[in-house]
Amino acid sequence: MEYTIFILILPFLSFLFLGLAGKWMSHRAAGLVGTLTLGAVAAMSYLTAFLYFTAPRLADGTFATLIPVNFEWLPFTSTLSIDMGVLLDPISVMMLIVISTVSLMVHIYSFGYMKGERGFQRYYSFLSLFSMSMLGLVLATNIFQMYVYWELVGVSSYLLIGFFYTRPAAIAASKKAFIVTRFADLGFLIGILVYSYYGGTFSFHPDSSMLMAGGAAMMPLALGLMFIGGAGKSAMFPLHIWLPDAMEGPTPVSALIHAATMVVAGVYLVARMFPLFIVYAPGVLHIVAYVGAFTAFFAASIACVQSDIKRVLAFSTISQIGFMMVALGVCTSLDPNLGGLGYMASMFHLFTHAMFKSLLFLCAGCIIEQVHSNEMSAMGGLRKYMPVTHIAFLIACLAISGIPPFSGFFSKDEILTASFNFSPIMGWVMAIIAGMTAFYMFRIYFGIFWGTENKELHEKLHPHENPLTMTIPLVILAGITCVAGFIPFGQFISSNGQAYHIDIELSTALTSIIIGVVSIALAIFMYMRPTQPVADSLARKFKELYTAAYHRFYVDEVYQFITHRIIFGCISTPIAWIDRHIIDGLLNFSAWSAYATSDSIRSLQSGRVQQYAFVFLLGALALILLLIL
Amino acid sequence: MMINIECYLVVSTIMMFAGIYGFFTRHNMLAMLISVELMLNATDINFAVFNRFLFPAMKEGYFFSLFSIAISAAETAIAIAIMINIYRNVRSIQTKDIEDMKW
Repeated sequence: MEYTIFILILPFLSFLFLGLAGKWMSHRAAGLVGTLTLGAVAAMSYLTAFLYFTAPRLADGTFATLIPVNFEWLPFTSTLSIDMGVLLDPISVMMLIVISTVSLMVHIYSFGYMKGERGFQRYYSFLSLFSMSMLGLVLATNIFQMYVYWELVGVSSYLLIGFFYTRPAAIAASKKAFIVTRFADLGFLIGILVYSYYGGTFSFHPDSSMLMAGGAAMMPLALGLMFIGGAGKSAMFPLHIWLPDAMEGPTPVSALIHAATMVVAGVYLVARMFPLFIVYAPGVLHIVAYVGAFTAFFAASIACVQSDIKRVLAFSTISQIGFMMVALGVCTSLDPNLGGLGYMASMFHLFTHAMFKSLLFLCAGCIIEQVHSNEMSAMGGLRKYMPVTHIAFLIACLAISGIPPFSGFFSKDEILTASFNFSPIMGWVMAIIAGMTAFYMFRIYFGIFWGTENKELHEKLHPHENPLTMTIPLVILAGITCVAGFIPFGQFISSNGQAYHIDIELSTALTSIIIGVVSIALAIFMYMRPTQPVADSLARKFKELYTAAYHRFYVDEVYQFITHRIIFGCISTPIAWIDRHIIDGLLNFSAWSAYATSDSIRSLQSGRVQQYAFVFLLGALALILLLIL
Repeated sequence: MMINIECYLVVSTIMMFAGIYGFFTRHNMLAMLISVELMLNATDINFAVFNRFLFPAMKEGYFFSLFSIAISAAETAIAIAIMINIYRNVRSIQTKDIEDMKW
């Protein structure tokens, strides 16, 4: 399967080509180059997945881990080197499918969405760069290669969030996303260094003799630090603040990067290191679970009151990633039948979530394109004007709410089962968060498509269905969302690699369906009609809570306080004073003394040749005298 | 009649000090160049003389003075070129008129 290297090379070439030559290309040609490249990548990914999963299993019932391409990039010592290559195992092949599918859909969709925008070619070249980096991240053969691509996705995310660089909000958001994730990546880097020092390698399987010699004691630290990096990318509390702001980017970018692929990189990282987590650092895995659960709850509660639909979707993404983290964190063993179910559940949810969340974002893009606003107040009653978007959005909402037979039900059900197996409290907490998910999704669903119509605005703008380039991806993703739940996911991916048969546990399934239906009913009761007396009176009754949630529980303000008042005010300002006055003063003094000395002796350079010659002669005589004496 | 070494050295010493004197006292750049040439020729004579009287079997002194003559010819060409350029710019080759290149 050596051709898999082209999965990385093709988008990179497309990035270079569009970036360098895009200026002289028409929008259509540039878009076609990008989309066709991604189409080729998607075709290769599907072929790889087909060949990989149809190949016979090994004797122990797992799929073989293949490294078709690998070369030594930076050798440090005879045993320690950084390699670059392609690694194929069940989760990386699954991620290949997710990334190439969503990326292809977004490429097609952007034809319509970005039509006529300035910098259309630049947009497609950045999309290619992102696809290349994300694919490189999941195909990494070692932790350092992963880190390199991890930073590359950070950069391309930065570039794409700030795509509308004339808007100050977009620039601020792109900087915020880059700095917050970069700050978290510091933890990742230190984790890698600790890991490679005590594990003796950058590969995912540390040297067992090094671990015996005391390295195992350092593994929890290394893995915990790596999780900090993952938490930054995956927007876990308290590093989640960049993701809602990242919605300033173009909506297809939000669908690709901030819903489906890059934000799940943290989950993928934990899944990638999972065998080490389970053996050496089960305590850290519990931290992952608690952080995930808290983030899921926190983000869900904020999502219930936001009025900007992209913000709601962003918080819902944070919440769903929290679910995936919980699913990984509640694993207690490598055997899926003995407490390792969460691994499969997490990967399954990653897969289904990528599909329905990108669908939600693309629908939101369609709506925003028509009403020119992100606020729900500009929408309402849109079901009459945009039937395809309406149905697609409804399917995605049902999927994320966990209603069968849509894909979200199956994956979320596995997560709930895994959580109940871990502890009933965790199970109930996650079930309640699942209910909140259904509630806020249907809240915005009714707010957009039912509720009070903003007639004034709609008469002016005449919202209508978008062109086919935008609706076809919706239809495809909606189709995937309908059927993805029936994929026998456990056959392909499980915590120990052996085939696992998913059977839906009736009690958990019923619980989650009942909670979902009740929440949806509550949302119908509160938000379906033109006036919303119940919601308004609740908002009045719990005014403080409502305001706090609306302001995202003031986490951004806390960051503002810590960075501006404490770090800038108490640390940076004194250091800056020392720099300005003492360090600069020393340098200025040396420059000034050199200047003053030269100024006082410059009249020696009189410009009279004979005088120079005379001094020279005197010098020569002095030397002669010296030699004689 | 045999001319002994001191005679040659006296001549070259006179040339040397005439050159030094001229270099310091003349304010015309051409005259200064001539003085420099005097000094150079004095050293050339010394090379030849010492070779002739002290190491008659060898040739290095002669060769060295030949080299020195060639180099001084090149150096004179450059010096005169510089003087011509100076003259074109300031209409004078007196050293007191070209004191701009200071500080």
